[in-house]
Order: sequence, then C-alpha cells, then structure tokens
Amino acid sequence: MRGDGRLLRALVLAAVLAGMIAPVALGLLETTRVAFGLLPAIGADRLSLAPWEMLAGLPGLGTSLRLTLVTGLGSTLLSLLVAAGACAALHARPRLAARLLAPFLAAPHAAIAIGLAFVIAPSGWIARALSPWATGWETPPGLTTVHDPWGLALILGLMVKEVPFLLLVMLAALNQIPVRAHLAAGRAMGYGRGLVWVKVILPQVWPLIRLPVFAVLAFGLSVVDMAVILGPSNPPTLAVTITRLAFAPDTALLLPAAAAALLLAGIAGAGIAIWCIAERLVATAGRFWLRRGGRGVSAEPGLRAAALILGLLAALGALSLAALALWSVAWRWSYPHALPERWSAATWARHGPEAASTALTTLGIASAATLAAVILAIAWLEGEDRARRGRARWAELLIYLPLLVPQVAFLYGLNVAFLGAGLSGSAAAVVWAHALFVFPYVMIALSDPWRRLDRRYPATAAALGAGPWRRLAAVKLPLLLQPILTAAAVGFAVSVAQYLPTLFIGAGRVATLTTEAVALSSGADRRIAGLYGLLQAALPWAIYTFAILIPLWLWRDRRGLRGGQPA
Amino acid sequence: MRPILAALFPALLASPAVADWQAVLDAARGQTVYWNAWGGDPRTNAFIEWAGERTEELHGVSIEHVKLSDTGEAVARVLAEKAAGRTEGGGIDLIWINGPNFLAMKEQELLHGPFVEDLPNARYLDLSPGSAVTTDFTVPTDGLSSPWRLARFVYAYDTARVAEPPFTTAGFVDWAEANPGRLTHPVPANFMGATFLKQALIGLLPDPSVLQEPATDETFSEVTAPLWGWYDALRPNLWEEGRTFPENESLQQQMLNDGVVDFAMYFDPAAPAAAIAQGLLPETVRVLVPDGGTIGNVSFVAIPFNAANREGAMVVANFLLDPATQARMQDIEVLGSFSVLDPAKLSAEQAALFDALPSSPALPRIEDLGPTLLEPHPSWMTRIVEEWAIRYTE
Repeated sequence: MRGDGRLLRALVLAAVLAGMIAPVALGLLETTRVAFGLLPAIGADRLSLAPWEMLAGLPGLGTSLRLTLVTGLGSTLLSLLVAAGACAALHARPRLAARLLAPFLAAPHAAIAIGLAFVIAPSGWIARALSPWATGWETPPGLTTVHDPWGLALILGLMVKEVPFLLLVMLAALNQIPVRAHLAAGRAMGYGRGLVWVKVILPQVWPLIRLPVFAVLAFGLSVVDMAVILGPSNPPTLAVTITRLAFAPDTALLLPAAAAALLLAGIAGAGIAIWCIAERLVATAGRFWLRRGGRGVSAEPGLRAAALILGLLAALGALSLAALALWSVAWRWSYPHALPERWSAATWARHGPEAASTALTTLGIASAATLAAVILAIAWLEGEDRARRGRARWAELLIYLPLLVPQVAFLYGLNVAFLGAGLSGSAAAVVWAHALFVFPYVMIALSDPWRRLDRRYPATAAALGAGPWRRLAAVKLPLLLQPILTAAAVGFAVSVAQYLPTLFIGAGRVATLTTEAVALSSGADRRIAGLYGLLQAALPWAIYTFAILIPLWLWRDRRGLRGGQPA
Repeated sequence: MRPILAALFPALLASPAVADWQAVLDAARGQTVYWNAWGGDPRTNAFIEWAGERTEELHGVSIEHVKLSDTGEAVARVLAEKAAGRTEGGGIDLIWINGPNFLAMKEQELLHGPFVEDLPNARYLDLSPGSAVTTDFTVPTDGLSSPWRLARFVYAYDTARVAEPPFTTAGFVDWAEANPGRLTHPVPANFMGATFLKQALIGLLPDPSVLQEPATDETFSEVTAPLWGWYDALRPNLWEEGRTFPENESLQQQMLNDGVVDFAMYFDPAAPAAAIAQGLLPETVRVLVPDGGTIGNVSFVAIPFNAANREGAMVVANFLLDPATQARMQDIEVLGSFSVLDPAKLSAEQAALFDALPSSPALPRIEDLGPTLLEPHPSWMTRIVEEWAIRYTE
C-alpha cells in the first residue's frame, strides 16, 4: 500500500516536472540565449552584449520601466490592501462573498478591460450619462482617463480583477484560523474589531496567501492584453514593449526583445525579493506595535473604506460587462447619448455564427486543459494523502512556478522549442501551454477543501475493507464533487482568459474568444468587440453555473453533500 | 469566354506555363490556405471570407483568415520557424504585406518565388519594370509578391464641426492652433501614423524625388529638418498635447465618431462612406484630399519560403487578380478599393463590370483624389519612425 502511494507520487512529480517545469525552464533558457546574441536565424551567432546595448538605447525605456514598476507593484499593493480590508467585512459570509465575486473572477481580463475603457473614457459611458446636462460637455472633455501616462487606468483595471481573486484566496485561508475565537478574545481584552483584525488575524493569514500575492505581482508586471487596452502607448509598459519588438518588421529587434524579457523576469524576481524584505521590516515594526498594546486607534474607518472601494470596483466591473452587452445590440450609440440611439440585432446576425465557432474552439481548448489539470491536481493531492504528510515548501513553489515567472519571459523561447518539435500552431500545443497556467489555479482552489475533508469518512471506508483506489472513487471524489467542480470552473476561466500563450504558441492559427476580442478592441467597431467580450465572459459564467448546479441536481436527495463542504 | 481567349491568345493557352498551372490547380485542391492578414477592418475580413467561399467552390481551396493586429507578427512567425529549422510545412501560406515588412522578408530570403508571372491572371497587370504593381515602396517586388488592392491615403473630417479644413501641410499647424486638442494621428509605429508623417514630409519638400533613393545619414537629417520644425509647431496643439496617440486608424475613427477629435485618416477613399453606412460615423463626415494629392500604394500578397500550402496560396493570389474579383473589390458596398489591373488589358466585357458599380454621395470620385504621390523608399519610413520615437518619447 505504501509502495502504491510512492509510485503515484513519483508519477505525478514526473508529470509536473516534464509537463510544467521543463517548458518554463526551456523557454527561459532559449530567451536567455537570444538575449545574449544567439539567434542563428537572423545571422546572430556570437555571444555578445549587443542586445542589451540595443535595449538601453530604446527611446523611453526609463519611462517604460517606471510604468511597469508603478502599475505592477501599485496594483498588487492596492489590491492586497482593499482585499484585506474588505475581507474583515465579508468573512462572516464567505459563501455569499464567493457568489458575488465569482462573475468578476470568471470574466477574462480582456473583457473587463474593453468594457472599462468605454465606461471611464472622456467620451465613455459615465461622461455620456452626465453630459451635457450636468457637465456642460457638448463634446467630450480633454481629460486623460484611458491610456493615461501614469497607468492609473491600468491599475484600476487590474484591481477589478485581482481584488476578488485575493479576497477569495483570503477567505479560503481564514478557514484554517479560528477567527471567531480570536475576535472574541481580542474584544474581551478591549481591542476594537478592526484592530483585532489587523493585529491578530492578518499576520496569520499572510503566510497562507504569500504565493498567490506573488503570482498577482508577476502577472501585474507582465500583463499585455490589459496594458494594451488601458495602459499608455508612448511608451507602453515593458511587457507591451517586448511584444511590440518581438513582432516588429525589423527582425534584429528580436534581440533587444529577448533582453527586455529577461529584464522583466529579473524585475519580477527583484520585486518578490523587495517584497520579502519589506515583509521582514513590517513584521519587526508590527511586533513592536503589537507589544505596545495600544487599543486607542480605531481601524474601523480603514476597513469601511476598503469595503466601499470593493463596492466601487464591483460596480465598475458590472458596468463594464453591461457596456459590452449593450454595444453588442446597438446600431448607433454616439456621444452624449446615455443609451444607444438605435438598437439592432445585426451584429449578432452577422458575426454570431463565426463567434460561435470561435467559442467552440475556446470551449474545447479550455475543457482539455482543465481536464488535464484537474486529473493531475487530484493525483497530486491523493499522493499527499497516501504519504500522510503535508506539502513541502519546494513542492508548493514548484506548483506556483509558471505563475511567478512573467509569461513573456519564457513564451518566446518556448515557442521556438515547440516549433523545433513540430508542435507549434497545433491545438494540442495551445492546450499544453494553457495547462501550465491552469494547473496552479486548480491547485489553489482545490487544496484547501481537499485537506478539510473529514478524515473519518475514508477511515471508516478503510475499516470496511475498501482499498485506497476504492476509497478515492467511492468516498472522497463524491464528497469533494462540489469543490472539484469549482476548481475546474476556476481553471476553465483561467484558460479562457489566456492571451499571450494562445498568441505565441498558437502561431496565430488558433483563434480563441480572447485573441479575437483583443484584436477587435483595437478596431473601430465597439459593437463586434462587445459581442466577443460578452461571449468571452459568458462562457466561464456558464461553466461556474454548471459547477454549482451539477452537485445540487446530482445530490438532490443527499442533503449532507449539497451546497459546498460536507458537514 | 474561353473560346474567345483561345482565339486571342492561342500561344498563351498552349504555353507550358498554362500546363503548369493545371498542375498547380491539381496540387492545390483540398488545401487550406492560412492567409495572415491584418484583421482590423471588418469589411476586409468579410471580403476574405467571401474569397474563401469562392475559391472553395471553384478550386477546392479554402482560406483560413489568420487575423493579425500587426503584419510584423507574421514576419516574426516565419523567422521563428526558420530559427527552428522548419524549412517545410510552415504555418503561414499567404501574407498581406507591404513596405518595410516586405523589404525585411525579401532581404532575409523568407519569401517563395518569383511566382507572379506564373499566375494566369497576371496577364491583366502592367508588369513593366517600375510600374506601380511591380514596385512596393520603391523596392522592386521581383515577382515575390502579387498585387491585390490599391490604397490611397485620405483624411476624413466631420463637416458638422469643421467648416474650413486645412488643404496644405502647413495649414494643419494654423488649424490646430485655432482648434487645440482636436487633431491627432495614430502612433508612428503604426503604418497609418508613419504615413501621416510621410505625407506631411512630401507636402513640405519643394522636390520630393529625393525620397525615392534610400535615406543616408546626411540626406536624412537635411531632408527631414522641415518635418520636425513643422511637427514641433503642431504638437502642442494636438490631442492631449501630443503626449499620447491612438494605436491605429480604427481607434482614431472611433475618436472621430465620439467627437473626441475632428479628423480621421484612411488608406482607402471609400472607407468613410462605408463606415457611415455601417453606423460607425456620423452622416456629415466627408473625405478631404489635400492640394497636390496624397500617397498611394499597392497592397500585395506574398508566400513564405516554407509555406505548407504553396499551390493553394498561388490559387488565391490568382483569384484576387480575376477581373470579376477586382470589380467586386471596387464596389463601395464591398470594399471600395480601386482595381490594380491595367484597364487597357481588359476586354470590353470585363471593363463593363467596373462601369456598372454603384456610387455614393460620401464617396469621392477618382478625379477628386488628385495625383497619386509615390511612396518613399522604406528606409525613410523606418528612420522617420525611429527619429520620431527618439524626439517625442518622454
């Protein structure tokens, strides 16, 4: 029996190493080679620092770097603060919070960005609703909201997506902490509710959410689709610069592109290191603050502000998605009309069939990537169960690795490797590339509920003579059906949202709703972009809904199995 | 029709080229051509879809339109394939390509060909050296790329807001000063933004023929000096004081529609009329052609050296040159881009196809467009874009 568990663990580890880690390492290696002048296809075959000199000579590089740091670090820090504060308000009703936040978690970045760009633009929805009667703007005001040189619109867009994610991760982490007891104890000692939250509970939550926060940081530093739609363009963030260089007509620019990609990986690494140092400093200062035992400061206003900001972000997100829906059924909607002047089903009639076939491709890719990731995740968790020990730190890092390295840094190199293997441009390669990012999120979503499964159920089954496989199939999987389906829905949404991996590895041959929506977002027709953006958001929503409904229907006469965690 | 042709060109039909063409048709049957083409214009996308339906019916060749946001993506793709040693079975069969992208691929020997003279419909083209359809931005195409549509740079403006638009390059400075924040252009890294600067440069030079030679360090700084002087005067009065720009002409059209700015620019004189018909622009928008004419060029398609479906790609390139296809392309309801064929080489029957096309009030007549100015050598565009980035990126 022990041997069986070891074999399973070895197999899972081999699959993760070969399928997830090797491509990242291979891609990084290839990118590094190009960054130091080795790209024989364009006649570069000597080790040199020329790519770095070319990079240094790029106009606006300094501004690009500053922008990348401000938007990446800023969006992560702000998202974390808002999520931590809002968590205090919502922790008592985690399931309600999950239901409320799921639509934003499921909606792909590009869909939110396309909608948000319209909502906040000077000629956008908010301005239209208030003009000219309240503002006096007969023509759109000369304000910079979208594409602003400070990247504020980009930060806002990232926050709409990242705050719900961090909030859900925190709510899951809180399950491992006796929150109610701590709160009661703290209140009894004369601390306000908010202060207990800041002084006692958050320090315990932090280690549990550190890796997800770093994933958010790496994502924020290297995001391309949102940065193209919401960020400044002259110069853009470093990740967008890299994508532009990689696709420039002058093929020599591939060299500085690779150097910039490596630089971005370095920045992500440095960002994480700085964060770790800051964490020590905050911890030291915090301990001093804790020991002083001050009870006078009230943290309540801060928490309330955070909840308010969460509400605003949710409202912006909802408006963004509503804008997509309205545009898809508008014929003409010009400034300053608050609603379309003429409605029409023409966009759906004309582009619906093609969009439906793209949606099918997207569905197929996401289903395959999710299935692979969920099977691997279950195998990993079952392996841990059989070993009867928790997860080592290195294992946790291994799972997160594809999320901690900026995507652009290894995708270019990975693409070259896939090409060499004759895999590039195939749907299978795209599924694989998606699975790299789906697997970590499935693990995040599934690990906690898996561990919280009451061990007495499998123990009872074992006492009745069931072997490990039967215990898994007949007891654990049915009991965990709801969380497994939820994790699958999360993984599905992650796959649908992938932009760069589809673009690079799909060789442009594999078109998903996301690549189409991003391409259309730079077109003149908001109606078609709205249609694709809406479908892009609707597909993951449908899967989330199924993830909730399937267990309800399947277990309609098993009350204890319904509605989340087995009691 | 076939008997007439046979009577007119007996030698042609009997020539080995035509026998070869049958072999191409046979090999092409059943192939799917991955046509990489900029996907930002829904009308072009619809046209490509239609073309695929037709070639499927006629020759059993289907088209998969790979929608690019920038043609450079396709160049990078072919290059990556070459890097990986993939000299056959490449992922791209046909590219809509122009200017610096074409020059880059030609110089790196990433293109298949020459193939244009093998296309039966090439007989409708003026293939004499230096003609518009054998020259891409002054670079001889050497049969490596086949023409498919004619492009002309024009401005569009909203007559409801602009009573007196500027008709000269210098006039834009005065107009912007009187109407600050109401003019912009796509980022010069984008084709249309670069064309705006080239058009301005031609308008400022007493003799633009210097632009037909490759730019050198000396000629560049001397020739472009008036351009930067002009731009320095213009920039403070551009939208957002010239600190940020729309990514491409489509987004700029959206800005014109929203009333954020008063001008848009196109490489297709029929585009504003089409956008009005689609509800994407106010009905008061009209085309503006500055005095002295505008830059024009021919759009080409090329086949990468490692294309997996080379024969299918040739069939598509040939289909695009069919007089009936070209007439449909020139139809304002479809694309409205002017034909690349030599009218002198068309039969009366074929010429009638063009005469029968509908017209529209927002559509300029060909004689309103003025003379077609030649595209400068690609080195000018590359250098202007670089120099602009150095000067105006903060």
